[in-house]
Amino acid sequence: MQNNAYDIIIIGGGVVGSMIARFLSRYELKLLLIEKETDLCMGASSANTAIIHAGYDPLPGSLKAKLNVRGNAMFEQLSQELGFAFERSGDMVVAIGEEEWPNLLALYEMGKQNGVPDMRLFDADEVKRREPKINPSAIGALWAGTTGIVDPFQATIATAENAVMNGATVLFNTSFEDFIIEDGQIKGIKTNRGYFRARWIINVAGIYADAVMHLANSNPDFKITPRRGEYYVFDPADVQINNVLFPVPSAKGKGILVTTTVHGNTIAGPNAQIIADKEDTATTAEGMQEVLEGAQKLVPGINPRFTIATFAGLRAMGNAPCKTPGVDYHADFLIEIAPEIHGLINVAGIESPGLSASPAIAEYVVELLKDAGENLKEKSDFNPIRPARPRFRTMSHAERQALVQTDPAYARVICRCENITEAEIVREIHAPIPATTYDAIKRRTWLGTGRCQGGFDMPLVTQILARELGISELEVSKRGDGSRFLFRRSKDIQEGDHEA
Amino acid sequence: MKHNYDVVVIGAGPAGLASAIEAKKAGAEKVLVIERDREPGGILLQCIHNGFGLHTFKEDLPGPAYAQRFIDEARALGIDFMLDTMVMEITPERLLWLSSARKGYFSIDAKAIVLAMGCRERTRPQIRIPGMRPAGVFTAGTAQRWVNVQGFMPGKRFVILGSGDIGMIMARRLTLEGARVESVLEVQSYLSGLMRNYVQCLEDWNVPLHLRHTVKRVIGKNRVEAVEAVAVDEKWQFVPGTERIIPCDTLLLSVGLIPENELSKKAGILLSAVTGGPVVDQNFQTNFPGIFAAGNVVHVYDLVDYVSEAGNQAGHGAALFANGTLAKPQKSIKVNAGKNVRYVVPQFLDPQALKDEAIVLQCRVTQPIEEDVWFEVRSESQSIVRRSDRYARPGEMVSVKLTPSMFDDVLKAGELFLDIYAKSEA
Repeated sequence: MQNNAYDIIIIGGGVVGSMIARFLSRYELKLLLIEKETDLCMGASSANTAIIHAGYDPLPGSLKAKLNVRGNAMFEQLSQELGFAFERSGDMVVAIGEEEWPNLLALYEMGKQNGVPDMRLFDADEVKRREPKINPSAIGALWAGTTGIVDPFQATIATAENAVMNGATVLFNTSFEDFIIEDGQIKGIKTNRGYFRARWIINVAGIYADAVMHLANSNPDFKITPRRGEYYVFDPADVQINNVLFPVPSAKGKGILVTTTVHGNTIAGPNAQIIADKEDTATTAEGMQEVLEGAQKLVPGINPRFTIATFAGLRAMGNAPCKTPGVDYHADFLIEIAPEIHGLINVAGIESPGLSASPAIAEYVVELLKDAGENLKEKSDFNPIRPARPRFRTMSHAERQALVQTDPAYARVICRCENITEAEIVREIHAPIPATTYDAIKRRTWLGTGRCQGGFDMPLVTQILARELGISELEVSKRGDGSRFLFRRSKDIQEGDHEA
Repeated sequence: MKHNYDVVVIGAGPAGLASAIEAKKAGAEKVLVIERDREPGGILLQCIHNGFGLHTFKEDLPGPAYAQRFIDEARALGIDFMLDTMVMEITPERLLWLSSARKGYFSIDAKAIVLAMGCRERTRPQIRIPGMRPAGVFTAGTAQRWVNVQGFMPGKRFVILGSGDIGMIMARRLTLEGARVESVLEVQSYLSGLMRNYVQCLEDWNVPLHLRHTVKRVIGKNRVEAVEAVAVDEKWQFVPGTERIIPCDTLLLSVGLIPENELSKKAGILLSAVTGGPVVDQNFQTNFPGIFAAGNVVHVYDLVDYVSEAGNQAGHGAALFANGTLAKPQKSIKVNAGKNVRYVVPQFLDPQALKDEAIVLQCRVTQPIEEDVWFEVRSESQSIVRRSDRYARPGEMVSVKLTPSMFDDVLKAGELFLDIYAKSEA
């Protein structure tokens, strides 16, 4: 089957897989990205703090440190080319009490070693001036001017969309099952939707990247441990902070932070629970209490009454040793051409700062392919620009007046809290990577994320999805077939319904 | 496109319709009602059960029929409607920015505005139910729209959290539609909706109500598969050992309503921290002259008839303001929530307007009292009026009327308090 033959197949539609697809779409390559879910950005890329870290936190010498600092520097241009929201907000790591100061200085030193630009130490007055709601016991902070905030959904989707504009194929509901190995070389993959042949397979399977590589007998000792993080999202009308605020890190990790977002909400989280089940994204009463207390340590005025949403996600913590001699670190990114078998590239253990590093990871993968002798020829017609689609909610009155002239459906507000219009929804359904579920529209437009949490828009969006996709409202789902909203027409009572 | 109106009403639900009608009758010439849905009527359109209009029309009507009487009257009076239109912004100077797929994006001027945006339901994150986040957790009102307006069933087997009126009404509705309602869980030790809804919607249909119970956890990756129910103590802490897994595909939430005040907030209108609605005087005027508010946007009512009454008052005030006959309040008499009272509306009385018309104070009790009670309005030191009832329940609004004969005492008091207490305590 000629149609099923590609040069490179990417397994996984998170932000890293999407970045790799986009960076490779610059070259004369036939690319396929497969994703087991119904949309991009449904794993770790969807559940994080949405911060582009400066890079003072990873251990100097680690791949995490190198790719974090490099990735951070790439976001300005990338966000302009791809039209996603990114602000270079800066951040403060705030020392609460004198005892935290030495660790803060150690962090500053690591930042210098990692080559992080624009770092400064603030005294207590400066911290309070910049963030009046900060814990009054704050004694000072480390400021990093290059830290940014981003919309991770937009970043992932815009990136993959640009890859598709440049010829890549994205397939959803397509799960990897096994490799096709011939003569000791990988020749393709088996999926639930048939066989796909390719010269290279790039394993960016997130939390499942260990299982994927093990099927090719690659890195049998590499293991991913899911680390669950829980988060609060607060109503912008009730909580307004000005900064990205970190606690001083401890042995347990970066700690529970409080941050602004590009949408104006404040987020608090995450905690870090080691769990066994790779699908268990449940929030817990104890965990949410832990996050609340952590957030209140930085901003005591935060009240759980201000909660607009809660969520939890899994980070893919790996156990790859750092490859720099002399650096004793065993949770580094694993990004390599598999030594055991020809045709496999592993991109694994991508936990924080994975989102920040994602474009640098893609660049690194391109270099690995070049080093492996792959003759990458640039396309003459590569288009790096993916224009942002209009967003009614952020426009001035005059801009809105001009926009509705182009399509009256821009004036029909469907999501009343976030002011998302019918035309925006319709355009996402017919985009290069179509949104086919309620959550897919939510990820792209920010619809349903406000105070009513979709209560008013859900029945309307269900109608629009059914109309635009030519399906029944009964087939419309939250995120795929198992998550449909509606069971049957009313009045259509079936035999046995009462005995259910 | 530039329009000028005497009175612009935001929202064509019961409060908005009554406001517009009364404004027109009180002499406002150009009256406009703006509605974001494609038809007027508001949430009444999805309330196809009966029980509406017992006070207003001495008839037992379904929601859409109740609304239609007002719609017909408004049309006959020549009131303008802009449907499928959303108000994006209002200013203290009473300029409104509108967005409409039919008419475009434009602004209009109003001499007076009545806010009648209604309310919205509290959601899962607001009560922080832990667990997975699958499809199948809906507010009762969303389910009601799906079943009654769009004609779809959002589940087969339901658990309802919260004993709010919409939840109880949906328990009956879903049962009638062939679904199974396993139980209604209520975290408080008392009903949060009306007793008549408990009797007619739960008891009559053998739907069990479990007071002092809540949902500890939602189970299911893609669609709800079960909820874990648990008993709670008086501080709402889980009682260990009482956990019970209830298999179901849908969890409906009926856990409270919040006045919808995004427009008011953005305009800078003063809101009450208790009601979530604008602080108003007896004309339902907000702190911004010429901007009035009526119905569930001010505080959440129990019966639609009272919403219509509030609309009448706000519409009347708006018309007088538009015609320049409503004097600017000079100072005001504060009305305080006293003993066992969560809030009182209006929060202020305009002394100049204390003339021939009686004033109704509306309030909600904090803790239920299941014996004979007094509702009492007093000054700091002296009773002005009290009336009795057989009980006081948080699910049912309480009204106390101040008649003109009491106005001298009110003016002398300078500040009022409303208390609710058992007669046995008096």
